[in-house]
Amino acid sequence: MIILEDINKHFGQLHVLKGVDLTVKSGEKVVVIGPSGSGKSTLIRCINLLEKPTSGRVEVDGVDLMASEAGVAKVRQSVGMVFQQFNLYPHMTVLENLTLAPTKLKGVSLQEATESGLAYLERVGLKEKANAYPSQLSGGQQQRVAIARALNMKPKIMLFDEPTSALDPEMIQEVLDVMIGLADEGITMVVVTHEMGFARKVADRVIFMDEGRILEEGTPEHFFTNPQNERTKLFLSRIAHV
Amino acid sequence: MPGPFAGFKWLAVFRDWSVFAEGFVMTIALSVLALALALLLGVLFGVLGTAQWKPFRWLNRVYVEFIQNTPLVIQVFFLYHGLPHLGIMLPVFSVGMLGVGIYHGAYIAEVVRAGIQAIPRGQHEAAYSQGFSYWESMRYIILPQAKRMAYPPLTNQAVSLIKNTSVMAMVAGGDLMYHADSWASSNLYYGPAYVVTGLLYIAICFPLATYARRLERKLEVSL
Repeated sequence: MIILEDINKHFGQLHVLKGVDLTVKSGEKVVVIGPSGSGKSTLIRCINLLEKPTSGRVEVDGVDLMASEAGVAKVRQSVGMVFQQFNLYPHMTVLENLTLAPTKLKGVSLQEATESGLAYLERVGLKEKANAYPSQLSGGQQQRVAIARALNMKPKIMLFDEPTSALDPEMIQEVLDVMIGLADEGITMVVVTHEMGFARKVADRVIFMDEGRILEEGTPEHFFTNPQNERTKLFLSRIAHV
Repeated sequence: MPGPFAGFKWLAVFRDWSVFAEGFVMTIALSVLALALALLLGVLFGVLGTAQWKPFRWLNRVYVEFIQNTPLVIQVFFLYHGLPHLGIMLPVFSVGMLGVGIYHGAYIAEVVRAGIQAIPRGQHEAAYSQGFSYWESMRYIILPQAKRMAYPPLTNQAVSLIKNTSVMAMVAGGDLMYHADSWASSNLYYGPAYVVTGLLYIAICFPLATYARRLERKLEVSL
């Protein structure tokens, strides 16, 4: 479903990704962990080309994104993304946030997009907020809306870029619960997070990154009981509450 | 010798009210059309000023710097006296509309550019991630937000624009200022003529300026 090959990314002098390879199968849940500045956010943003790799190959759903500019917008329609800062459209109601892209990009009728949108809002527990504006919601609620907005495009892949990092502690769980529910449905997921409990519960595979490289990958079982790499051990020991 | 504001001079103004009315109507018509042109140019060049592609941004800079750093009078003189030498003869109304419209378009371009750049990058990214193109993202997500932020300064630009249509008096433009000036120079009743003219400008500009201030306050509340 996702194939990244020998991805390099430079920001000026900074070499952020150093020849990263990553393949994600359909339906697989991959959790990417690592310290700040390890390149994990840049990596996930390369999947939908929000960051364009300096070199390498990106293939998503059979389309070579580095080769075809036109393919990028099309593929993005089937790749939902959830951001650390939510990035809801503040000038629109919650429901309008959900219906904009399906109606404008996929030609879905407003009625159909509204019906499915309300269904997704119900699933994230926010149906009664359909006509509220994002600024009237808490951070956790905004992030649940952001997930519903992405789902209303009926994506094949969901990317989560530190979805709970900007949230107050007591709101983290409500967002994680939605994500866990989503994972149970078989959608392909790539999640960058510091939530080790989530990684343990949901991930088919955990990837540890540091300094622009993937240092270790394996099942959560392997990771949290028997990590091999010294850097991985150090990182996991520092976030002791696993 | 009667004073500059002698009673009979006032009476003369009111007797000849149709002269002022004609100029007033012309000023309003000119303002509306020039404002439409200025908005069109302002949005176009403002958006170009935020484009990824460098030549677009240069285009924005050349337009804005050139227009903002030369006097409006010279620009209007160029259209009125200069263009005929190049074989382009414009009716004086068009000179006014183009001159004032192009001039304020440059200022509005800066307002629009600032408004767009004030929108967090994450908004563009959210739009791109859903599959919107740059222009679609501008249209549905960025510009509607920038618009809200740009309303108060835009209204102030409208006020300046209306006042600046008075530059037409210098090229026999038929606007309010021109009519007042030519009427007064025929009978030398300058005092009342200019006072009445000033009041007529206030009558349009003051409500607009007040509206701008109210918008500003509302924006502060909603942010």
